[in-house]
Amino acid sequence: MKITEALEIFSQTHPGMVRSHNEDSVACEPACGLVVLADGMGGYNAGEVASGIAVSVVVTEVSHRLLNASPVERVYPHPDKTTSHSTKLSKDDSQVAGYNLSPEGERTIASSPLGGGLRRGLKNGEELGVSLLRDNIQKANASIFHAAQSQPQYAGMGTTIVSGLFYDNRVAVGHVGDSRMYRLRGEVLETITRDHSLLQEQIDRGMISVEDARLSKNKNLVTRAVGIDADVEAEIHVYDVLLGDIYLLCSDGLNDMVEDEDIQSTLYALQSNLPLAASQLIQMANDNGGRDNVSVILVKVKGKFAVPRGWPAKLLSWFEK
Amino acid sequence: MAAKLILSMDGAIIKEYPLNKERMTIGRKAHNDIAIDNLAVSGEHAAIVTILHDSFLEDMDSTNGLEVNGKPTKKHFLQNNDVIEIGKYKLKYINDQVTQTSPADFEKTMVLRAPVKQATPAPTANKPAEMHGFMQTQAGIKPTHEEAVEMTGKFEAHQPTVPAAPAQAAAPAKPAQPAKPAVSASAAAPQAGAPKQVAVVQVLTGPNAGKELELVKNLTTLGKPGMQVAVLTRRPQGFFITHVEGENFPLVNGQALTNQAHQLNEHDVIELAGVKMEFYFKG
Repeated sequence: MKITEALEIFSQTHPGMVRSHNEDSVACEPACGLVVLADGMGGYNAGEVASGIAVSVVVTEVSHRLLNASPVERVYPHPDKTTSHSTKLSKDDSQVAGYNLSPEGERTIASSPLGGGLRRGLKNGEELGVSLLRDNIQKANASIFHAAQSQPQYAGMGTTIVSGLFYDNRVAVGHVGDSRMYRLRGEVLETITRDHSLLQEQIDRGMISVEDARLSKNKNLVTRAVGIDADVEAEIHVYDVLLGDIYLLCSDGLNDMVEDEDIQSTLYALQSNLPLAASQLIQMANDNGGRDNVSVILVKVKGKFAVPRGWPAKLLSWFEK
Repeated sequence: MAAKLILSMDGAIIKEYPLNKERMTIGRKAHNDIAIDNLAVSGEHAAIVTILHDSFLEDMDSTNGLEVNGKPTKKHFLQNNDVIEIGKYKLKYINDQVTQTSPADFEKTMVLRAPVKQATPAPTANKPAEMHGFMQTQAGIKPTHEEAVEMTGKFEAHQPTVPAAPAQAAAPAKPAQPAKPAVSASAAAPQAGAPKQVAVVQVLTGPNAGKELELVKNLTTLGKPGMQVAVLTRRPQGFFITHVEGENFPLVNGQALTNQAHQLNEHDVIELAGVKMEFYFKG
């Protein structure tokens, strides 16, 4: 299944009930399975500028690399063969690589000039997604940092970012700061990012319990942000994706105002109607006070998307150049 | 403004200490930031670590220990107006920051947990009578749908984590019980100390007729997934019904919903997947 058909994506952003302008930015590129959300900070409109730069750099750079790379998938075995096992989602990438390597009497990878590279690439298929996110978050960081350096009104601006790149029945998740990605699988909602925030560090060190964390006055203090320093280290992980999963990317305007329990019940109850689920989440944040901008991106996995074997191959061709 | 501790004994204030260092110690010896020269106090009795606006109290293995708000404590995340007791001495923790940033936090919890007021004026007196007639006529007609309306929401009342209104405490006693809603409603009311309204949907037709569902969660779905689903949401201004999935939109008092949320009034009749339900408040 094509990734555009396999994923249903919906995003919505709202300034909230208190703030006059919206410093969050969201962007989706369904053709690449890419979603990006950023929550900017900085005086005047600098926050919007920072989050805007972050999402546009990541989305344009990643999609440019993926969509404009030379199509080499024709060289490889027909996708149907590679995914004939796909009643189950592939969890083992060496197995996936194995399918590609099986000699079928046609042109196989082994005979292709890129064969060795592809094998390498497939075995570490996720590495390509990871490096794409890492490089481009770094690129966004540089753009924001330079803008902040060169224009006094933007001095000190920065942004959080959370991004998901879906490919090959997986998702690479990259984030910096306290914007989150949640996953609803079955009835269970999990936070799959860990905030880069003072509060999270205090929790990790056992200084404060998760229950007490709600009482803290030190919310919203991030320990990492994009565009503050010359370099940024994005945290990136790769997860297997299952049919029916729902991924929620959100700014802290949602999870500060709405309990995880309510997020869970909303996603679970409204999973068949993503636009309604998104507006319901935003409405709950606003009903509870809406003290911050609130943005959500929902991604529902409706089909398997292991097929695009050309996808890593395209990437590889890019890397080989 | 930095948080502070006010040292007092027998109600007489002795001194104020601003928490302007990352770590402040309390003890008998003179080198402590807060020195209390009393034999009941250990040389180094306790420490307070302050990180921005949050302060944490820790007992430093003192001989006589300490209490916070009357409870013996080893480690505590200080909240505004907490009282730390060491022997006869009291240290009151004041965090002015609280009053600046916290009302919204407070308000948030209140809004989330507050019982919903009836958003619209009570229905006219003759409406229940109409309803009664409606139900009777319904009883004679065989439901077009054999299938029960499956309730996807979880209806058991959950215990709120925050002390909540008495209405919620009283509510869990009555799970969805068949028949005699009037009796159970009147029985439930006296139990509640201060009677508060609980929103209820009662099934009028089909195999589940008579079943009553208390809308204790912020969000409750009704219907059959894949066929027709609607969601009932609790908001500060009342209850709303919204179409979620299915080709047919639910009917409220015979009128099909649009894509918009529709606010429910007492005794509205919802029709969904061939099953009729009545929305009302009880208690």
